Amino acid sequence: MQALISVPVVLPLLAAGLKLAIGGRSRRLQALISVVTLTTVLAVSLVLLVAADTGGPLVAYAGGWAAPVGIALVADRLSTLMLVVSSAVTLCVMVYSLAQAYADQEYAAPLAIFHPAYLVMVAGVSDAFLSGDLFNLFVAFEMLLSGSYVLLTFGGTESRIRAGATYVLVGLASSLLFLVGLAVSYGATGTVSMAQLAERFSVLPEYLKLLVELTLLLVFVIKAAIFPMSAWLPDSYPTAPAPATALFAGLLTKVGIYSIIRLEALLFPGGPVSSLLMWAALLTMLVGVFGAVAQTDIKRMLSFTLVSHIGYMVFGVGLSTVAGMAGAVFYVVHHITVQTSLFLVTGLVERRAGTTSLDRLGGLMKLAPVIAVLFFVPAMNLAGIPPMSGFLGKLALVQAGIAVGGPLPLVLVAGGLVTSLLTLYAMATTWSKAFWREPPPGMTEPVGTVLESEETPVVRAHGTEGITGRAIVTSASMPLPMLGSATALVALGLSYTVLAGPLSALTRRTAVELLAREPYVSAVLGDRR
Amino acid sequence: MTVSLVPFVASGTLVAAGVTLLLERSLVRLLVGVILLGNGVNLLIVMAGGPAGEPPILGVSARERMADPLPQAMVLTSLVITLGVTAFLLAVVHRSWQLTGGDEVQDDTEDRRVRLRARRGELARSVLARREAYRRLVEEQRAELARLEDARRERERGEAEELERQIRDVNVDLGRWLQEHKDEGLSSEQLMERFAEAQRAEEASKESRRERVARMRAEFARREREQAEREKEIRRRLRERRRQARREMREAIRADRERQARAQDPELEGDD
Repeated sequence: MQALISVPVVLPLLAAGLKLAIGGRSRRLQALISVVTLTTVLAVSLVLLVAADTGGPLVAYAGGWAAPVGIALVADRLSTLMLVVSSAVTLCVMVYSLAQAYADQEYAAPLAIFHPAYLVMVAGVSDAFLSGDLFNLFVAFEMLLSGSYVLLTFGGTESRIRAGATYVLVGLASSLLFLVGLAVSYGATGTVSMAQLAERFSVLPEYLKLLVELTLLLVFVIKAAIFPMSAWLPDSYPTAPAPATALFAGLLTKVGIYSIIRLEALLFPGGPVSSLLMWAALLTMLVGVFGAVAQTDIKRMLSFTLVSHIGYMVFGVGLSTVAGMAGAVFYVVHHITVQTSLFLVTGLVERRAGTTSLDRLGGLMKLAPVIAVLFFVPAMNLAGIPPMSGFLGKLALVQAGIAVGGPLPLVLVAGGLVTSLLTLYAMATTWSKAFWREPPPGMTEPVGTVLESEETPVVRAHGTEGITGRAIVTSASMPLPMLGSATALVALGLSYTVLAGPLSALTRRTAVELLAREPYVSAVLGDRR
Repeated sequence: MTVSLVPFVASGTLVAAGVTLLLERSLVRLLVGVILLGNGVNLLIVMAGGPAGEPPILGVSARERMADPLPQAMVLTSLVITLGVTAFLLAVVHRSWQLTGGDEVQDDTEDRRVRLRARRGELARSVLARREAYRRLVEEQRAELARLEDARRERERGEAEELERQIRDVNVDLGRWLQEHKDEGLSSEQLMERFAEAQRAEEASKESRRERVARMRAEFARREREQAEREKEIRRRLRERRRQARREMREAIRADRERQARAQDPELEGDD
């Protein structure tokens, strides 16, 4: 079992190397490698989740060096749960991106560069979830960031380069800040193993502890796009290729949230920071959703709701009770799935209509009823319509907030409800504009270079950018794998309602394990304490 | 244990310079800033390992005098990473220069569009408010005119009534007088004579009554003229105001359209 822990990190890296070596040749083999790799990662993650849930945290030591010195990979309930959800999402998005590249008649570049970068990013995300070592967490961040830099600037078009420059600089600045935090914490404790740090931080003087905690928290706050560090996200995400945006939206911010959970639960339990986190959560929710209401482009609107809903998870973490933590973890699982599926469906909208601007969209309900339904379901899920998982997650957080009581949690509960309502408003206006209303005059069909003009014209739509930055090929008939993977993700989002009982029990056990701390520390250090 | 202050000062200086450069808009300066910042931070990590010591090899140096090897390993890793990302950023700078001929980080056009849309909304609201105020003004002035008209009609009616009453009184007096003399048993010739006499006697007072009527008429005409003058003035003012409001509104709408056109042109620079 221990040997399996490294698979989610090592296998995608190996596959990325292999794909780089193969290059643009042999399309079938390339696609096969990607899909098989990610399917294997998903299967391994499921096995690890079951094992970690029944038998406690699993630990593997890189290179055979034992814990405080060597790098530990720790698979506890939280890590494996995140792994399972993230690998399910990455698999769907990979299938989608394969089909999109094929539909856009782009063969070589996506396979030879896009997919290796994608796999490196997946390896980075897995490593971040599994890492039991603060410095290794930094390396994992760098892995996923370098992958995302390539994906975000893919094709090097003007808009992507503009967004990419900002994104890379924000990433670099936060990485350097991470290094500062690492230097200070190593200087103070002499270790970077998280299990050992958890023990040693408790004996540090209060001011030093707070300094390290705030530095690291700031890094993760930037990564998770929490207000006031959220401005970079809606600026850079919408210009990336649709599958990359979907993946970023689902995973990258959640890696930040995961790190905040670890930081607050394992390293610095019960500090003065939790009320700070709650204020940040409140502002993130409100500022994000107000931004979403003002947008006229679906991708940008979704980016703002992404920022806004990060606030819910931070709220749960800030409560630092079992119920709050469990609610936050449940919300992370829900949000990864739903936000990714919304971005994927937006990609389908762009493929059908040749634009994602609400000023130009209309009447898609008649033209593409399947896409309309596929957008509607996760949109309502995100807004929190019962009985979908968005409602369940918000309900769990509201209950946790009321159980804690006091003015600040209650203000946050109210803020959460307002945010949910405004999300519903943003989603409803988007849906009614893009799908329900009559199309604006002259906007029924996409504008662009006509490739085939039979009954259903195939058009390279102006103003769009596919994976390599060339215009997207729009058509009335959707490639089945794209539709299928989007549907699979929407269905996964709905399945959390069916599985709500076992899932919330699992998140509760996760929260108990997190707040107890002892299982993690003793699993890593064993008798070497 | 003594700690040398020099590396800390060096690290602080590098970080300060790096942060200053990060505040620029030129990508090349940003790049230099990142490099300086990275070096400053890496220096900090090296110092986190404590004072310098002997090589950490068992059998070569004593355990207590060994340097801590872990921060050095970490610095190596972070150096490689910073190097790679810096190279990537350099490529981005080059591509940006290829595409735009400059290395300035541009504003987000979509952001600007949203901002303009908000401003357009405000403008539309202000035009609506102005239209509403204009409508209210016109209504008020109409009501004032109507009131004036009513007052004039009322006064005219009063004056006409007064005249009628006077005529009726005179008739009644005449009837009574005739009756009195008929009762005295006078013949119609005598009556006519008396009447003529009385007429002659009353000539003076009659004269004055006529004068009074004439004066009243003149007064009435004067008032009428004044009234008409005033009405004309009011109408003129109203017209002028209406014209001005329309002009203002047209100007506002034109400005609004101009801004709208600007908002739809994403390439336009000066949106203020």
